Amino acid sequence: MSFRIVVLAKQVPDTRNVGKDAMKADGTVNRAALPAIYNPEDLNALEMALEIKSKIKDAEVIVLTMGPPRAAEIIRESVYRGADKGYLITDRKFAGSDTLATSYAISLAIKKLAPYHLVISGRQAIDGDTAQVGPQAAEKLGIPQITYAEEFISATDKDITIKRRLERGIEVVKTPLPALLTVHSSAPDCRPRNAKLLMRYKYARTLTELQEETRDYTELFDKRPYLQIDEWTVADLNADVELLGLSGSPTKVKKIENVVLQQKETILLTSADKDIEGLIKELIDSHIIG
Amino acid sequence: MNNIFVYCEVTEEGLIADVSLELLSKGRKLANELNIKLEAIVICDQIQNIETQLYPFGVDVIHIAQEPRLFPYTTLPHASIIINLFKEEKPEIALFGATSIGRDLAPRVASSLRCGLTADCTSLEIGDHTENKTQKIYKNLLYQIRPAFGGNIIATIINPDTRPQMATVREGVMKKEHFSETYKGKLKKLNIEKYLKEDDFLVEILERHVEKQKINIKGAQIIIAGGYGVGTKENFDLLYQLADAIGGEVGASRAAVDAGLVDHARQIGQTGITVRPKLYIACGISGAVQHRAGMDQSAKIISINNDPKAPINKIADYTIIGNVGDILPKMIKYYKENSK
Repeated sequence: MSFRIVVLAKQVPDTRNVGKDAMKADGTVNRAALPAIYNPEDLNALEMALEIKSKIKDAEVIVLTMGPPRAAEIIRESVYRGADKGYLITDRKFAGSDTLATSYAISLAIKKLAPYHLVISGRQAIDGDTAQVGPQAAEKLGIPQITYAEEFISATDKDITIKRRLERGIEVVKTPLPALLTVHSSAPDCRPRNAKLLMRYKYARTLTELQEETRDYTELFDKRPYLQIDEWTVADLNADVELLGLSGSPTKVKKIENVVLQQKETILLTSADKDIEGLIKELIDSHIIG
Repeated sequence: MNNIFVYCEVTEEGLIADVSLELLSKGRKLANELNIKLEAIVICDQIQNIETQLYPFGVDVIHIAQEPRLFPYTTLPHASIIINLFKEEKPEIALFGATSIGRDLAPRVASSLRCGLTADCTSLEIGDHTENKTQKIYKNLLYQIRPAFGGNIIATIINPDTRPQMATVREGVMKKEHFSETYKGKLKKLNIEKYLKEDDFLVEILERHVEKQKINIKGAQIIIAGGYGVGTKENFDLLYQLADAIGGEVGASRAAVDAGLVDHARQIGQTGITVRPKLYIACGISGAVQHRAGMDQSAKIISINNDPKAPINKIADYTIIGNVGDILPKMIKYYKENSK
């Protein structure tokens, strides 16, 4: 039996690069202008999975991603870098899911891949920064979680030893398998795309994507069945729709406010001596500095 | 209505962590507003003076679980204790630090109890809610307010139907303050044998190196922070000199940390520390939203920047246009001449 590693990866809007062109005139973010990217820490997770695969006999890496049809890009990016296979969990019924509903759907997909040894995800996704889906999926699967993994130390088919990054230090922990790891950004960066794999998987598509292609891929896919990216819907997962989407999400968004730079009058000073001395005196007089 | 529970982290030194004391301070205010009690959960090996540590914060009940294997923290035993305790006590609200422990533990608990959890709240308030579809009115919900989308939006999250309403809050976001020096609560020892199973202890800690926090940026009343615009380590030394002179700490933006000008422990912002000093001097910091999220609650902000259009200037009380290398020595000089 092979050592099966399931990687959880998410496609996210690139919130780290909100440049001037991504701001609307009112100072709020124009989300449509943000490119969709592979969540950075999920790339660290993929790398850790690939590293473990290289050190363990007969291991395989399967990537799961949940999102709209365009998130198939995550699967392609993963196989270009060395993953063996990927599944896209996609269904309109997932829309509006909070972390609890998301972890429910993901845990069902992971169960479909049983028996598995490891589940590895990034610590958190940059669009929400909650870091909740990993631990919540581990709870639903009834397996231990090791959060903030920074370095893979060793593994057998029964246990794994991992170095964790904490706020003020490190910890080396050993857990029985199966287990779930969440990977910290301080872990090694992901290897680049492999040219051979890029050629091999260039035409990998989901059925949904094929329907939108003008070219007929039937023959190609018959010859190379590995090009097909499977899509899993609510029905494929046998999910209870009540536990998904808005109805399965205990948290509700009451209000969203766009952050607008506060327009407060700033007092402009120069580096001239009188300006600096005046400011220091004012700070001393108002007891802000002693 | 049931009570507010705060999970209290225990430090290497056997004290309750600051973040937990801050949450107790906030929890006391929420409890007063809702006219309910404040309860603390402490899960540890040994701890001294737990009652004198916690009662001044207005804690009504301390639930304590003590066992050698419960320190250092591992996920499963702490989660089992809390899940079982919450099933019995059915808290109205449960608060955890947004720390490496709290953010590991709280989601596991929330998943098991199938209740809502909001990470990294920057504000907690009590308010009502009317459901649009059904017109059902919910009284006294916990408004969990947090930045999302890389700090570009602020969302107010509620959990109308599930309890407890769970939230994590980062260190330094809430103010730590005693409620009453003479406050007295009661201590309840938890019967943990009932809550734990042997499987909870299967994860082993083989090695552990945790440092005491050396740099106290969070508690500093004055912060001199440097960004990429400071340019060199030599210029950064000027920040330390000014900090020494006026009694502050040195902080930094992510860009300065990434450029190797300063240690990561000093990083302020969404991925670093959140601060709220009475004076924040931003030197050569342009002021990306991620940075502002960690310092915009500062009482007074001075921006020193040679770019008059730097975004940080818009939230600054004073903007000095010029070079850090020219201005900081003058500030030190005039401080020394004028301070009493």
